[in-house]
Amino acid sequence: MAEFKRPSGRGMTEIRKMSAKVGVIPNADGSAMFSFGDTIAIAAVYGPRLLHPQHMQDPSTAILRVNYDLLSFSVYERKKPGPSRRSQEISKVTEWALLPVLDLKEFPNTVIDVQVYILQADAGTRTAGINAASLALAHAGIPMKNLVTSISVGKQDKNIVVDLDKDEEDYEEGEGATDFPIAKVANSDEYTLLQLDGKIEPSEVKKALTIADEACEKVYEVQKRALKEVVEQ
Amino acid sequence: MSSMETSNLTGRTFRKMFAEGKRFDGRGLNDFRAIEVTYNVSNKAEGSARVKVGKTDVAVGIKLEIGTPYPDSPDKGNIMVSGDLLPIASPRFETGPPKFNAIELPRLVDRAIRESGMLDLHKLVITPGEKVWTVIIDVYPLNDDGNLVDVATLAAVAALKTAKLPALKENGKIDYHAKPTGPLPLSSETYPITLTFYKLGESIFLDPTREEEEACDSRVALGLSKWNGKYMINSCQKGGETPFTKAELEKMMDLLPGKFDEINERLKKFL
Repeated sequence: MAEFKRPSGRGMTEIRKMSAKVGVIPNADGSAMFSFGDTIAIAAVYGPRLLHPQHMQDPSTAILRVNYDLLSFSVYERKKPGPSRRSQEISKVTEWALLPVLDLKEFPNTVIDVQVYILQADAGTRTAGINAASLALAHAGIPMKNLVTSISVGKQDKNIVVDLDKDEEDYEEGEGATDFPIAKVANSDEYTLLQLDGKIEPSEVKKALTIADEACEKVYEVQKRALKEVVEQ
Repeated sequence: MSSMETSNLTGRTFRKMFAEGKRFDGRGLNDFRAIEVTYNVSNKAEGSARVKVGKTDVAVGIKLEIGTPYPDSPDKGNIMVSGDLLPIASPRFETGPPKFNAIELPRLVDRAIRESGMLDLHKLVITPGEKVWTVIIDVYPLNDDGNLVDVATLAAVAALKTAKLPALKENGKIDYHAKPTGPLPLSSETYPITLTFYKLGESIFLDPTREEEEACDSRVALGLSKWNGKYMINSCQKGGETPFTKAELEKMMDLLPGKFDEINERLKKFL
């Protein structure tokens, strides 16, 4: 195959510059920022706190409630404020991505609210949001088996690449662009988020997951460093 | 009784039976129920179909409207998938603002169809940059006995296949009384389907009944098509909180091509 160069000039498995910071919202019980290049997500955790209305309470466990959205000015064409079908879906899949690592049984009748907002969007907002939310939950001291790490693998034409930016997502040559965001329990083979738009052969999925695994290890390192910083302070 | 949720006891029985590869209705874990396709649910729609898989029944109608292209794709028509979980179809569905499942269903159908490229959006332009066709796919389950996403995709694709582009009047409005100008610009290759794998305990299976679906831990919906002779996954969405392991995902990938061919083969007699 002819040498393929990413329009961004990055290597095929090169993630954009990541940064993470824990404790960005003083009012919250836990909070964090996570960024992939120009995509910046912030997450705040409130709770466990008593859930109202009372009939929604579950005496056997806390419930997790995630709200994800783009801030109106995070994209070129202003995003109308308020929940959209897209944001409601991402909120739900983020909830599913995080739940497997949480131990919520210790907090009956309560809710843990996770608020995720995107300040600046350049693709990969749900993966950045999950990484931030995972850090915020850890920062809030919620019992967790592990962190959740998230990255988007994808394809440009036939080439598997990691962490597509918006320009790369709009790629139209050959097979076009495929976005394959995943999340997993760190250092495991358990996938907690799987979404996909585009074209990938069933036989290529294994390779894509292996590439995602390696990228997730790097995400995990950035997350751990951010948590250590706050512990050392 | 019909409004009762699947009991824990039934759930445990399923778990045990699935582990032995057995189901209440005698099917194998990856077997679909009987598929039945009928067309022309409404002669006021530009295309329509109703698909039954076992007792699950979904009606889809296609309406075409004249719209404006999105600013970032002036040379493409639009697709829109909408629909609702109406209370006619199940004691579990209620009137009121759409709940998450009602939001997710059309979105999953949308992505399976859009990303497969079955509809050539470039050929839905009336005046470049100004006027394009908007293809509206409305999905309404009429009876929910599980596996709505897969059945809804079958019905949406069947309806698209029969849909016709209406003629336009001189003033540019749609002329519903004139003879349609032809079919929608569809790819001649095979048509997309959705295969949703459900997980209960260690077992993975397809096409659950409502009772089986409710007992499940999680599921992953995969949009599948053929493109340039190759099997392609076009969309994917995991639902539910239990993770899928890499081994489970690999097993599904191995099943996809055969299952895709089998379902397309079963659909042939309805063409």
